[in-house]
Amino acid sequence: MTKSRAAALWGVVGVLAVLAVWELYKFAGPAEGLTVGAVEGENGSGFLLLPRTNDRAMPHIWDMVARLFQSTSGGSTPPLFVPVITAALTTLGIAAVGLVIGVVVGFVLGLLMQRFRLAEWGLLPWIVVSQTVPLIAFAPLVASIGSQIDRMGTPWPQWLSVAIIASYLSFFPVAVGVLRGLDAPDRIHLDLMRTYAVGYWQTLLRLRLPAAVPHLLPALRLGAASAVVGAVVAEVSIGMRGGIGRMLIQLAGQGSSDPAAPWGPTFGSIALGLVAAGTIALVGIGLKNYRRGEATA
Amino acid sequence: MSAPTTGSTPAASTGLDSAGTDSTGADSTSLAVRAAGVGKIFPTKTGDVVALTGVELTVAAGEFVSLIGPSGCGKSTLLRLIADLDSTSSGELQIFGKSAKQARIDQDYGIAFQQAGLLPWRTVAGNIELPLELHGVAKETRRARVAELASLVGLSDFVDRYPDQLSGGMQQRVAIARALAEQPRLLLMDEPFGALDEMTREYLQGELTRIAKDTGAAVVFVTHSIPEAVFLSDRVVVMSPRPGRITEILPTGLGDVRSESLRESPEYFERVTAVREALHGSPVERANER
Ligand SMILES: Nc1ncnc2c1ncn2[C@@H]1O[C@H](COP(=O)(O)OP(=O)(O)OP(=O)(O)O)[C@@H](O)[C@H]1O
Ligand SMILES: [Mg+2]
Repeated sequence: MTKSRAAALWGVVGVLAVLAVWELYKFAGPAEGLTVGAVEGENGSGFLLLPRTNDRAMPHIWDMVARLFQSTSGGSTPPLFVPVITAALTTLGIAAVGLVIGVVVGFVLGLLMQRFRLAEWGLLPWIVVSQTVPLIAFAPLVASIGSQIDRMGTPWPQWLSVAIIASYLSFFPVAVGVLRGLDAPDRIHLDLMRTYAVGYWQTLLRLRLPAAVPHLLPALRLGAASAVVGAVVAEVSIGMRGGIGRMLIQLAGQGSSDPAAPWGPTFGSIALGLVAAGTIALVGIGLKNYRRGEATA
Repeated sequence: MSAPTTGSTPAASTGLDSAGTDSTGADSTSLAVRAAGVGKIFPTKTGDVVALTGVELTVAAGEFVSLIGPSGCGKSTLLRLIADLDSTSSGELQIFGKSAKQARIDQDYGIAFQQAGLLPWRTVAGNIELPLELHGVAKETRRARVAELASLVGLSDFVDRYPDQLSGGMQQRVAIARALAEQPRLLLMDEPFGALDEMTREYLQGELTRIAKDTGAAVVFVTHSIPEAVFLSDRVVVMSPRPGRITEILPTGLGDVRSESLRESPEYFERVTAVREALHGSPVERANER
């Protein structure tokens, strides 16, 4: 118990340190930054060594927080945190769908690769290569396939494309984690199962899956984070409305007149990541008996 | 000694019925193990390792046989061949008149490895009942059997603990209970008492001979301890390494009842000396005897 309390304490210290560094630099750094090799009269030339610290580039933290409680775009519009939360929940839902698809696909691939060495040789290189395809190249492809399907009569909402793109990122760690985890049981345990003359499925259920849990949890954590990042980026690159990614871009566009506003959705997406990681941590607590003997929790 | 009773179980009662007719006939189906010219070669990068060669051994149903010999002489390998965890490179191996594979599929044996090999995510009870669960035994029956076995190995108060909360000796006792769970007619045990303290060890030795008698199970028992081999066995198989082979098979002829008084008897010491001499390959000075 004291160990987890210490971990929480250090977490808080870490966050405070980041905030302190931000404010400290804003206080001490040059307002217009430090640029080397700038050509006189030519805008944007030279190389920016130190970032600008003026209120437009680096708003105060308290301004960012205060902005959350001011109306979104003037008038009687609701405070900024309301659309931020709505958008974050939208993205969270899409990311969750993406994660589920990614986990299912990753599990099936991992199972196949563990069961059949030939499948591992045939699939693993492609799985690795798949992750080197940049998302901005891949996203419009998915979107256009989706809209084609939609036009042919099967409804294909835009969010489904986003979920597919998110799953494309999240299936990878799951597939690799499942493959590694299912191969984790000790020789003596496999021998034991053999002496009981039980088949593949019983061995999978009673030995391989439980023994895989310590490998699956980090894989799921990575997969969940990837799903969130994937969903945010995919929203932007296929231009889906309603999610946090789109909101971030929109408000960043007005950044010069309202510099604290884009920080609202930024906090929103950080919160998304925390929710995703927290969910997996809860799953880990539920499975704690399967993590006995693990070096660190 | 307050021996927990297994007398209510069906196999135990048949064991008691046939207690008088212990010496079984020598036809091949009543043999628990029959090895004829069995050899095992492990191919490795640096060349073939001859782990076993020319093993001739029969174990009658209900017979207790110990394997003893220096490290690396192939005791575990022989046990693994019998258990069909490895396959023979040469020779013929039959378990109850069947191939080793068929015997494994028919669940003719229970095994306790050199390491406990408990599943860390299962409690003591969960580990003991694993084979029963895998073979679809009903929950109520399982619970009763677990209680019986746990008290047999002295772990009744620990059934809800996890393996990482047990000492090495306690883990080994769980593994022994697990091997006994399905009342197999052949027990394969690889140094099961190696990690135990002397008290528990002697207690479990007594219990093991009693269980083997009651259930009529044959036992192939690997050990490094000469007194243990003599105390437990009907016959002691002495092995030697490079290449692993059987050098001598010594009947102990100590009778059916293995009580604590046997440990003090002159015949017992005589057999211990005989096994020691067979192990060393030459007569041992009497002064060396403990
Ligand atoms: N899988 C394997 N691959 C290669 N060589 C092996 C393998 N298993 C066993 N051996 C070799 O076979 C020989 C016999 O090993 P085994 O484990 O049967 O010995 P042992 O009599 O049980 O020894 P100990 O008393 O130390 O347990 C050893 O020389 C060992 O190196
Ligand atoms: Mg061994």
